[in-house]
This record gives sequence, C-alpha cells and structure tokens, in this order.
Amino acid sequence: MKNIRHIFRKEFKSYFISPIAYIVISVFLIIIGWLFFSTFFLEKQANLTKFFSLLPVTFAFIIPAVTMRLFSEEINIGSYELLITLPVSFRDIILGKFLAAVAFVALMLSPTLVYALSTSFLGDLDWGPVIGGYLGAILLGASFSSIGLLASSFTRNQVVAFIIGMAICFSLTLLVDFVLFFIPNFMVDFFQFLSANLHFQNIAKGVIDLRDIMYFVSITFIALYTTHLVIEEKK
Amino acid sequence: MIKIRNLTKYYGDLCAVDDVSFDIKKGEILALLGPNGAGKTTIYRILTGYLKPTSGNIEVMDYNIYEHMMKIKNKIGYLPEAAPIYRDMLVFDYLDFVADIRGISTEKKMKQIRELSELCGLDEVIHMTIDELSKGYKQRVGIAHALMGDPDILVLDEPTVGLDPNQIVETRDIIKRIGKTKTIIYSTHILSEAEATCDRIVVINRGKKVADDTLKGLQDAMNEKSFENIFMKLTRGN
Repeated sequence: MKNIRHIFRKEFKSYFISPIAYIVISVFLIIIGWLFFSTFFLEKQANLTKFFSLLPVTFAFIIPAVTMRLFSEEINIGSYELLITLPVSFRDIILGKFLAAVAFVALMLSPTLVYALSTSFLGDLDWGPVIGGYLGAILLGASFSSIGLLASSFTRNQVVAFIIGMAICFSLTLLVDFVLFFIPNFMVDFFQFLSANLHFQNIAKGVIDLRDIMYFVSITFIALYTTHLVIEEKK
Repeated sequence: MIKIRNLTKYYGDLCAVDDVSFDIKKGEILALLGPNGAGKTTIYRILTGYLKPTSGNIEVMDYNIYEHMMKIKNKIGYLPEAAPIYRDMLVFDYLDFVADIRGISTEKKMKQIRELSELCGLDEVIHMTIDELSKGYKQRVGIAHALMGDPDILVLDEPTVGLDPNQIVETRDIIKRIGKTKTIIYSTHILSEAEATCDRIVVINRGKKVADDTLKGLQDAMNEKSFENIFMKLTRGN
C-alpha cells in the first residue's frame, strides 16, 4: 500500500520534468477556452453548461496523451524490467500510475475554476451544476485515464497507445450517440447506457444519481482490472 | 540458498531454457556463462520474477517463485543487461525512489544513498539526469540500484559490458568486495574476469546446462588448461 504513494510521486513528478505536462495543459486550456468563450457572450447566459458539454470530447483526446507514456515508455526503454523486479505488486504499480494521471487531470482542470468565478461576476450563477460538473469531470477524467493506462499497457509505442486510447474514449463519448440512429428501438436504452457523454451530462446538470456514478466507477474498475490482466499476461 | 529445479521456458515454439537444474550456496559467487542467446538472461528473468517459467521451479531460501515472489524480490538485487533506467530522472531521485520502494526508513535512506554513491563512484554525477550519463556511469547507477536495501542475493547480467578497461577492473573490485558478504550470480563474456572472481562456473548452451563445476574441476575433467578452450569445447557448434 505504501508503494502506491512512491509510484504516484515518481510518476506525477516525471510529468513536470519533461515538457509534456506544460504542452498538454496549454493545449487543453487554449482549446476549451476558445470553444467556450467564442459563443459565451452571444448566449447571454451566466452558466457553464456549454463548457461542460465540451469536456467529454476534449478529454477524449487530451487524456490519452496524458496517459500514453505510463507503460509504453517503460516497456520501450526497458525500465519496466527494473520496476517489475523490485518488490512492488502489480496492483500498486497500476494504482500509483492511475492516481498520478487523475491528479494530473485535476490539476489541468483547476485553472478553469476561473471561468466559474468570472461567470459568477457577470450574472447569477447557479453553483449546483458547477459543483456537479466538476465532480463529473473528475469521474470522467478518472475513467478515461484508466482507459488510457490500459491502452498504454498494450504496446511499447506511445503513438499507438495514444490512438488506441483515443479511439476507445471517442467511441464512449460520440459513437454511441451516432449509433442511436441506426439501431432498432429496443436496443436504444442499452446503447444509451453505454454513453459516457450521457452519464456525464446528467451529473453536470447537478443531479447526482448513483447510476451515473456507478457507470464511471465500473468503467474505471474494468479498465484497471484489464490492465492488471495484460501485464500479468506479459510474464 | 537458491535451488533451480528442471527449469524450462518456451517462447512460443522456441525453447530458451531446457530442463536446467543447479544450486547456488550461500556466500558463493557463481558465474553463469554461455554464448549469446544461450538462455542466461531468461534464467535471470525467471529468478527475479519478470517472467514465469513454462515448467520447473526455483526456490530461494525455502520460498518458491510461484507463491512467495514478493518475498524473493525483497531478497534479490537485480541488474538487467545494459541497465535500462528511467532517462529523465536525476541519479539521486532515482536512488531515492528505489530506496522508498525497498522500504528503507527516511533516517537510514540518506546514509544508504551516500554509501552506495561512494562505493559505486557516483558522487560527481549524483545531481545529473541519467540521460546525460555515459554508459559506464549508467552501469554504476544500475549496480547501485541492485545494491539498494542490502539484498542477500545479487543477480548481475553482464555488469561489465560496454565499460572501459579501468571501469571493468573497478566493477570487478566492487563485485569481489560485496561478494564477501553476499551471494552473487552473474554473467560475463570476458572469461578471464570469471576466472578471477568466481567460485564456481555453470555453462549454458542452447538452453541446456553443459557444465557445473569449479574452474579447477573443469580443467581436470577436460584435461585442458586454458579456460577459453574449455569454453569453446563446451559450447561448440553454436
């Protein structure tokens, strides 16, 4: 258990040693800020609905870029062998890396709190949906991080890890909404249930439903457990 | 101390290690020799828990690799071939990380890092990133990694490869020095080095064990003085 903390600290620190952290945070803030504020004053509404509706798609390609190196880089340079042969369990390695990615996502998200603050000066901001939105964003970020971590454990190539992770995250956010046009009626409920976007928007409305939370927790658990199976299989 | 029994490992159809058995006694320095691709690294990887064997067993102080791998990992310090260490970390940060994982308390940690840094000659590079180091220094960081936490057993996969003659002598001295208190299993392609440091020699060829004796024993048994000739006879046809 103590080792989770050591792995976490090493991984979180190494984000900031390389330029990757600064690039990813900048890109995220530029894209989300531009998309959000380009129509913000036209709508004349003091809320962050638009911001939260943009998050799933943005996360779907930003988070795999955050997580792509977690295993791929280690497998590629061979430090994976050193890590595995140290007295630390797979569970601790996976959880340490996962939590480092989630902490990074939370940090990346934190400057956007300024949006909420500045919006509250402009009008009467309802804080319920904002709090729900950030809670949902962390859940969404955690489940996408676990998917990215899984993708990273498949391959030694970071680009491949990024594309696999992005493909899965995009499918969960967008594809399900598109698929709804083409599937028979009785299956709509099932596919809707798979949509990360739908569950996220529910929470972002300020309605905290256990089903939505369970959805993200399950995705995270399944992805982390599959990662465990993948690295166990590598032996 | 270590009992290797009928160890076999297949990679798909390729048999890397074929029914190898031998023992390593406490305090012994054992040289595991063989041509490239003979299966030495595979044996190390199974012993250190990086790979699982197809069949067979390894016992380390009555712990076996199927049930007590974590306890075994605590006893073993491992230097893989070419010491593949995190590139972007500082040498100090890396040693600090390994010390944490090894469960060394904060008070003892600084003392241990200082000792290892001195033993392995890392003092002048301790605040550099590992990426900036020459091959010899990377190798020394790898040795410091293996020694961290004072493990009873050291597994060193070609610790002197790529080093200059001075560094080879230094590394050999380090091995001899730490070999007084520890059990060491290591491999090298420099036969004179094995001659100078080890107590016993195991030769592997194409996954099979072809010799297991002291150097003296091998010389007598094969009626041959030169270790090079003995090695070639044992591994001929490869």
